[in-house]
Amino acid sequence: MDSAQLLIILATAITTATPLVFACLGETLTERAGVINLSAEGTVMLGAMVGFVVAKTTESVWLGFLGAAAVGMLVALIVAYGAITLRQSQIAIGFVLALLCSDLSSYLGNPYVRIPGPTVPPAFPIPILEAIPVLGPLFFRQGDVLVYASYVLIIGMWFYFYRTRAGLTLRAIGEQPAAAFVRGHNVVALRYLYTLIGGAMIGIAGAAFSLDFKAGWSHRHTAGYGWIALAIVIFGGWNPLRVALGAYLFGILQSLASVAQSSIQDVPTQVFTVAPFILMILVLVLTSAGWLDRLLGYLPVTPRRALMRALRTAPPAALGRPFEQD
Amino acid sequence: MGLFACATAGFGLRVKVELQHIHKRFGPVHANDDVSLTVEAGTIHGLLGENGAGKSTLVKILSGFITRDSGVILLDGRPAHIRSPADALRYGIGMLHQDPLDFPPLTVVENFMAGSPSTPPILNPRAAEREFRRWCARFNFDIDPHAQVGDLTVGERQQLEIVRLLANGVGTLILDEPTTGISASQKTLLFQTLRRLADEGKSIIFVSHKLEDVEALCDRVTVMRRGQVAGELDLRPLHAGAQQASSHHPEIAARIVELMFGRALAMPTKPPTRRDEVVLSIEGLVLRSDRLEIRVDQLSLHRGEVVGIAGLEGSGQQLFLTACAGLEPPAAGSIHIAGHNLTHRPYADFLRAGVCYVPADRLREGLIAGLTIQEHVALRASGRHFFIDRAEVRAEAERAIAAFNIRGRPDTYVERLSGGNQQRTQLALLPAPLSVLVMEHPTRGLDIESTLWVWQQLIARCQQGTAILFASSDLDEIVQYSDRVIVFSGGRVSPAIPVAELDVELLGQMIGGRF
Ligand SMILES: Nc1ncnc2c1ncn2[C@@H]1O[C@H](COP(=O)(O)OP(=O)(O)OP(=O)(O)O)[C@@H](O)[C@H]1O
Ligand SMILES: [Mg+2]
Repeated sequence: MDSAQLLIILATAITTATPLVFACLGETLTERAGVINLSAEGTVMLGAMVGFVVAKTTESVWLGFLGAAAVGMLVALIVAYGAITLRQSQIAIGFVLALLCSDLSSYLGNPYVRIPGPTVPPAFPIPILEAIPVLGPLFFRQGDVLVYASYVLIIGMWFYFYRTRAGLTLRAIGEQPAAAFVRGHNVVALRYLYTLIGGAMIGIAGAAFSLDFKAGWSHRHTAGYGWIALAIVIFGGWNPLRVALGAYLFGILQSLASVAQSSIQDVPTQVFTVAPFILMILVLVLTSAGWLDRLLGYLPVTPRRALMRALRTAPPAALGRPFEQD
Repeated sequence: MGLFACATAGFGLRVKVELQHIHKRFGPVHANDDVSLTVEAGTIHGLLGENGAGKSTLVKILSGFITRDSGVILLDGRPAHIRSPADALRYGIGMLHQDPLDFPPLTVVENFMAGSPSTPPILNPRAAEREFRRWCARFNFDIDPHAQVGDLTVGERQQLEIVRLLANGVGTLILDEPTTGISASQKTLLFQTLRRLADEGKSIIFVSHKLEDVEALCDRVTVMRRGQVAGELDLRPLHAGAQQASSHHPEIAARIVELMFGRALAMPTKPPTRRDEVVLSIEGLVLRSDRLEIRVDQLSLHRGEVVGIAGLEGSGQQLFLTACAGLEPPAAGSIHIAGHNLTHRPYADFLRAGVCYVPADRLREGLIAGLTIQEHVALRASGRHFFIDRAEVRAEAERAIAAFNIRGRPDTYVERLSGGNQQRTQLALLPAPLSVLVMEHPTRGLDIESTLWVWQQLIARCQQGTAILFASSDLDEIVQYSDRVIVFSGGRVSPAIPVAELDVELLGQMIGGRF
């Protein structure tokens, strides 16, 4: 494999991973606020279906995305109401919704299976930036506006988390909601807000599949992507940059699998569709095992502190726990 | 917002705080029953009372953390509408909670920015750090702005909170049991700071269990009992008279105790031990954690003996105690219990040999939040039968509740009990014949009566032959009840010193590293 080929594989990986980036970042936002939206699998699928149907009937892909965002918000609203207001188990609510929404997408989307529909129009390479060696062809000749949008989202979300006052508050309510409350923040309202925005992003991820990267609609069109998004958020340690990296890693595994599939003929194709999922879980296990911490323990204090912070994989302390005021 | 802006400006510096006829119920519990309290501007007002008296409830109402059922709050004679912490902050009321309410994974500067109104929409960590350092310099606080908050000592986290509140411009400062878990020098610094703030005109409410702290610091003190105000005392004459350090006034103390509990309390006394039979012996023990390494060359614990461990929090006491209880494997050395070598043996062997560990964090390690008292009783008996005999467990729980004077019912969830009653429950659950009892902060957060009661129980255990090894940050407690004392300081461990050769002063110096 020469370097040009490698570049193509990596560029394809970035393209394939883009819908996943949206889903992962949406989940990251939600979980940073302390709420687990376990319905991602169902939300992505329902978003894909609704996005396709709306775009098909209105002849506008952008309205399709809007519809997908709305449906993602709706599912997130159910999660938020159950988790924040009723203080029920977020895991149970999310899991049931994941199953329910997947089935609902098959049932409601039945008339639209395998018919042609509108897709996102191609975009142009970004001038100037595309001329950068290696990075240019890798990132800026993608020919898809959603890929460019995902870059903005990744950087923007990182900036929001770590460089703005509102982002600091967001991290605070996920760590220690009572402490945020005594500092005068409205924990309940903020948790609702971030769960809804995160849900909209997960819904958009679905439409990104059905209107762009895996255009069209079929039963269980996006099966597995919601679950893998949940795993990638953990792998990424709830940090937008690392989460995006995790999504790209999954993309690389997928494009390697498709390369392998075309060169090795006598292995069933299912093996190559499933392999990236299994490999991703393996990576997750390896990186979250305690050996990293132990290795870091041998370093002197100053670099250790910085590295620990960079590699920190501890979830937000209040993740999944309801906030009780009294 | 405009209205609130004026409100903040109006309550500039000197604010008189009045609480009138405050009521608050938690289900059947009447936590505040017609409580009225006035705090004059520029004074430090003490709030004393037994565990569960309703002190925290009252100050949480003032700081907006919980909402009152009825009653009026007046600031400088004008009614204040406080329904949330945001409201309270706008009126310039800030509170330091009993358990630190901050963000352990964030850095000190991030914590400071998260609670400061002057933080701009786009963060400016440099400017925030400069401001933070200015505040620290003003009060002689020494906190590394880049440290992670979870790595700070309790005292430093408290200083961080005080700085945050002052940066918020509070005129009324509430401190709920601020002297538990902080070192002697941090306490001195805290008291200096509070005095200075009061002299600047701020009103300060100081909730505590420690009589000597209240006597040393407060201008007035209100005593609460079972949700009501039991009485109020003026302590100023006592500061005016004798200006010497540690002015202890037995008559005043007796009156306060009388108000708190309705009767005078007797101090339990520890009879001397014979020191014949060794129950726990340690040789050349080396313990390592990711932060520190400690060595204990030799220690023998005798039947019925009490050995206290003094030292700044986090100097390895917990590591040592857990190792003695068989919960932490030593890197080198040996541990013998009653003559048997139990080094590197499983915890179950330690339990069988009659070793028991009572951790400081009652709700995280000692008791199981979400289970009731009777379920704890059933859990202790588990292993014997497959099915739970409900009637018997309930009867046993009722016996324990009666014997240990726990204010709760068999079906009360342990997290709903007050701190003192949680500790009583833990003691009630200890198995009967024990050879070694290892305890961390046995009376942290307990009121005077419960503290004395706990020690009565412990001394009774000693007389049956149990040896006790305990760590405490309360030096008076250590000197009062120990036969011998070990001091942990910056990774070093002193030999065990008979208590007759010690006093609180000397102990304080040793904790500072002089031995
Ligand atoms: N959230 C709650 N739910 C139910 N009961 C509560 C709650 N908070 C406090 N209580 C009860 O109200 C009473 C007063 O509690 P409070 O915490 O005010 O006591 P306290 O004087 O601060 O005691 P301590 O010295 O142990 O801190 C106690 O009986 C307690 O069990
Ligand atoms: Mg209290």
